[in-house]
Amino acid sequence: MSMRTLPLLFINLGGEMLYILDQRLQAQNVPTEKTSKVMNDIICTLFSKPFMEELFKPQDMYSKRTQRAVLIRLAHSSIMRLNQASMDKLYDLMTMAFKYQVLLCPRPRDLLLVTFNHMDAIRAFVSDTPAILNQVEETYQQLIKVYTPLSDGEFQLLRQTLLMCFQDLQIRVSAFLKDKVQTCSGRFVLPLGGPVPCGSEVPGLIRLFVRCPGEACRGQEVCHLFPSGGAYCGALPEGSFHMSGDRVITLGTNMYSESRPVQTQVSESQNFGQHTKMSIAPNLLAKEELTLLSHLLGSLENQDPDKTRTFYRVNLFTVDMEEEYGNCVELSFQVLNIQAAKDQQAEEELARIVGEFTEKGEPSSSPRSKGDDLLTLMDELQ
Amino acid sequence: MNGEKSIQIKSSASALYNNLSVLRIAPRCLTYFTVVHANVVNMVSASWDGLNFSHRQLQSKEGNIAASSSLIMQASWCVLPSRELLVLTSQKGIQMYESDGSIMVYWHALDNPETPTVTLPKTQTFIERISSGSVLVFDIPSKGSNVMLSEVLEEHRDAVTDMASECSGSLEYMADLVTADDSGLLCVWKSGEDFQLLHKIPGFDVSCSSVKLWKGTVAAGYGTGQIRIYEAVTGIVHAEVNAHARWIYSLDIAPFSGLLLSGAEDSLVRVWHLTMNPDANSVEVEHLYSECITDTQICGAKFCDGDGYAFAVTGYDLSEIIRYTQA
Repeated sequence: MSMRTLPLLFINLGGEMLYILDQRLQAQNVPTEKTSKVMNDIICTLFSKPFMEELFKPQDMYSKRTQRAVLIRLAHSSIMRLNQASMDKLYDLMTMAFKYQVLLCPRPRDLLLVTFNHMDAIRAFVSDTPAILNQVEETYQQLIKVYTPLSDGEFQLLRQTLLMCFQDLQIRVSAFLKDKVQTCSGRFVLPLGGPVPCGSEVPGLIRLFVRCPGEACRGQEVCHLFPSGGAYCGALPEGSFHMSGDRVITLGTNMYSESRPVQTQVSESQNFGQHTKMSIAPNLLAKEELTLLSHLLGSLENQDPDKTRTFYRVNLFTVDMEEEYGNCVELSFQVLNIQAAKDQQAEEELARIVGEFTEKGEPSSSPRSKGDDLLTLMDELQ
Repeated sequence: MNGEKSIQIKSSASALYNNLSVLRIAPRCLTYFTVVHANVVNMVSASWDGLNFSHRQLQSKEGNIAASSSLIMQASWCVLPSRELLVLTSQKGIQMYESDGSIMVYWHALDNPETPTVTLPKTQTFIERISSGSVLVFDIPSKGSNVMLSEVLEEHRDAVTDMASECSGSLEYMADLVTADDSGLLCVWKSGEDFQLLHKIPGFDVSCSSVKLWKGTVAAGYGTGQIRIYEAVTGIVHAEVNAHARWIYSLDIAPFSGLLLSGAEDSLVRVWHLTMNPDANSVEVEHLYSECITDTQICGAKFCDGDGYAFAVTGYDLSEIIRYTQA
């Protein structure tokens, strides 16, 4: 499968996160300077050089657990602290939005245009902060350099790899339900009409090439029509793959607005499905997680050397479910601490991972000691 | 077409080209289906009376080690003169099983594979293609596990996406095999002691995801949604069909009737009829009907029998195999 998914995955998911946070923080009347600080901090961490360098290395997709851990850490790289319920909902929304964009992309290559849409919005968020803006501009260049030479087939493989990651996720999002882009069962609506992708023709034509036997005639073209079963029209012009320009595709632009409260409903069966899929190749996952997080940690330390910060607790979504969870629970570095008591299953799993490292003994440099150091470091940062 | 009772599978189909394989076992009145989900293959055997279904799941393996997480790219049956094998190709290598998936016969490790398989029923060989563009040819014994790599064909520069062998059953056609790649290039081969390249049909950078070879004619499905019909040995274009509004994922031909089945991301399955006109050196393509699997991007579409009386369809995120029969 594709080894180039991570930059697109994290930039697009990060972009969706920013759209949602921007809208929710404003809707909850959080002071503008705090909202800006949250957004700037997250963007700064996401586009930090070490993090981007790590993502751009050709590699397999991370496990879902690692992806989630990184995104949670990203959300908390700012002064904002989300409780478990808010974080869960934020994550659901982000992933379903990106799944929608990947699925509905007219051509696999248009996934890059979707990414540019997110990037364009991010650029606008930080247009007043030259240092961060610079990081964003550099990432544009990196995206153009790495992705524009890929063939359509390679883009399709990338898309298929992302679709595998989002397989069976069918969380109903009220914004999607209202817009009728999602059905009650959680499936996204695939319209039988609209513009065909760039480079495709409207279905309905059969061209037969007939050659006259024997004679030196040029042959004839015979055309038949057939009912396409849809209301298709010609392709729109191709969007711009440059640093700026009209992207044409609207997937990946900010679909949240002031007037639209953002909520999710979660169907029970889906939660179980997601849980059981979380534990694939635990040994590899632990290692990747630690590598990536060590990079993130690096940028965190740079941001705040004296390590004293006041955190800003936010309940993002005002739904009844909030009441059930009671008080805010600070979701800090304990996510990876093997002593974490909250998630019994995760705790046992992580304990088992560490146990496996000790018992089997990795032939290469001892990750057990590396892991220990990192976990200790993270504990000290609390 | 009538929609028949669909078959539930244990997990949903992944978005992979040609993600459905069908094997008809006439002596036992059974049809086997396989559908890939990440690192697992869902196998269902369905009795013809529609009353009995049995399920099995195979997980990708690395050699003799049980349970690997490496993703499976394709699972398909290879029908050889004396036996049938179920072949799974994963990121780590190729696994061959007896046709019911019960016993692993052979394992071949690859450094960087992404492969499907095809068989040449005339000879005891079958072929793998891998993402570097190489095509591997194996010799399969009529019994046992003494499988040997006999040849590597290196004509493609882009990842090979699909392959097809001549399925008409007739020996009169020169071309035995066609291979397709991500740039749309089609290579036409003749089998023998060594494989011989007969012709290369250029693709103009439009990815070909699915290909079939029938009566010396190539049917190819492309990322643009077009189907093109070529004469295999010369590369002459017989027909061009603006068939689908999105990427085609699967093509199949029913060899006894000349029916062609296409399935695409636009959620449509279409059935066409191919008629050969040898006097006019042309092929006629007629559209018969289409079916829509609502809100589903199709990833596998196969006829269940040689006449094309019934066909089956799989889709991304769909946990069932939908079947249709002629009314």
